[in-house]
Amino acid sequence: MAMIGLGHYLVVSAILLVLGVFGIFLNRKNVIVILMSVELILLAVNLNLVAFSAALGDLVGQVFAMFVLTVAAAEAAIGLAIVVVYFRNRGSIEVEDVNLMKG
Amino acid sequence: MNGSLATPEIVLALCGMGILLFGVLRRGDGGLICSMLTIGALLLAAVLVAGGAFGLAFEGQFLVDPMSVFSKFLILAAAILGVVLSLDYNAREGIGRFEFPVLMLFATLGMMVMVSAGNMMSLYLGIELQSLSIYVLAAFARDDVRSAEAGLKYFVLGALASGLLLYGITLVYGFSGSMDFAAIRQALSDPTRVSEGLIVGVVFVIAGFAFKVAAVPFHMWTPDVYEGAPSPVTAFLGTAPKVAAMVLFLRVMVGPFGHVLMQWQALIEIVSVASMILGALAAIGQSNIKRLMAYSSIGHMGYVLIGLACGNAAGLRGALVYLVVYVFMFLGTFAVILAMRRRGQAVETIADLAGLGRNDPALAMAMAVFMFSMAGIPPLSGFFGKLYVFLAAVQSGLWTLAIIGVLTSVVGAFYYLRIVKVMYFDAAREAFDRRPASLSVVAAATGLFTTFFFIAPAPVLDAAQAAARVLFG
Repeated sequence: MAMIGLGHYLVVSAILLVLGVFGIFLNRKNVIVILMSVELILLAVNLNLVAFSAALGDLVGQVFAMFVLTVAAAEAAIGLAIVVVYFRNRGSIEVEDVNLMKG
Repeated sequence: MNGSLATPEIVLALCGMGILLFGVLRRGDGGLICSMLTIGALLLAAVLVAGGAFGLAFEGQFLVDPMSVFSKFLILAAAILGVVLSLDYNAREGIGRFEFPVLMLFATLGMMVMVSAGNMMSLYLGIELQSLSIYVLAAFARDDVRSAEAGLKYFVLGALASGLLLYGITLVYGFSGSMDFAAIRQALSDPTRVSEGLIVGVVFVIAGFAFKVAAVPFHMWTPDVYEGAPSPVTAFLGTAPKVAAMVLFLRVMVGPFGHVLMQWQALIEIVSVASMILGALAAIGQSNIKRLMAYSSIGHMGYVLIGLACGNAAGLRGALVYLVVYVFMFLGTFAVILAMRRRGQAVETIADLAGLGRNDPALAMAMAVFMFSMAGIPPLSGFFGKLYVFLAAVQSGLWTLAIIGVLTSVVGAFYYLRIVKVMYFDAAREAFDRRPASLSVVAAATGLFTTFFFIAPAPVLDAAQAAARVLFG
């Protein structure tokens, strides 16, 4: 059986990234799904960072992954807060209802 | 290791936390006093920036050079004027809570870290501190559904942009072996190390930055966010974060990615041309003035990107001068927009400006100055911004960019001049409410800068020249 190498990790993380981006643009249902897609993108980033860090033998990538995790937590908190504010005004978090201003 | 270089940022962070504590512990409405304290903290930071030395700190994570000092002054000026613009508006709209200036302060801190970044890590943390604060600011009028929607849209697209930027950073890290700007530049000076993976990473980074500066094709959030966010937030959002993101964009493209210029130059040219054309054409049909300013700012970013596309010191100088000119025009226009109130209600369509020329000649004069300047009519500052950018483009042989730039500014002149026509020649409407002194001060200061820039442009030009020279050795 072949060893799992850097290439495999990069493919998985590229797939995660694409899933996340499509989750944001194709999702017509719910804003929470968008928040989950954003987290998926950040996970793809973290996987990339750790894989490169191991392959290069350089710790900086793993330190960066820690920062990304922390910032992702803050981002999710702020995102959820904004979704709550939006829900209180509109009574809905359907993506199709986010259309007060056309653009 | 020389941590004292970061004194302005450290002091600003401590002041921010202090003001936050003060606001929480003080009972009652502390909006005004916290705004004043914030202005004081920003001024203190400006003094410390002026007195600082140049150099590297924190293992190259943080650098202070003429470019970062130049942009910090611009960012702090925009932030101070932004807080002043918010004073009266927030009180009247009932959003005068003390968190507002504190968030602006932390956003400013993030921007200062961005322009001082010497490493992908400090770059990312600066961008996030800035973005997270501004997501909240955009949704600050929490009982207004348009503001909540603006916050939501800005958050989703901003988070996506950060994700793309980060993904690009990881690829650059993996294929160049470092996060440090200088080390990446060193690695890329060897053409054999420039792989496809690295170029993909550079393209992701460009996409992320294009989102942050709202350049086409990543501009779609701009009109909605600018229209929905409270007006002082829009004034702030359109200036300081754009300066920070654009300066960082210039630094990253010219610094670490300087040796792969051939690969990204065409991309920047396309983005620049598309931004200029969209900014000029899409603004024509707008009736809401904040939305119009959003398209106008997309167009302006296109002009700034011409400077980057040149990829030389002259282009960079042009881009920096354009940013200075742009910030003051944009803030001045928003001072006028904020003064548009009838019987306590904010109005924001262009037709509401009718008759301003008779009702309030001074304000109409200021608005006319900003509009003529944005259209690029000499001797106002907007003309010089465009002049240096186009000059650099012609000198670098980018004739197409210069010609398209001139053509789109002619188209743009149409809708800027339409506003002047509405103010002076349309049937007058009811006069606006008496404008508060804070708006008059900002409009007068930015108006004077815009009008008399041509008398003494040397300090700005020299500072921009010095800043540009840093990146080109």
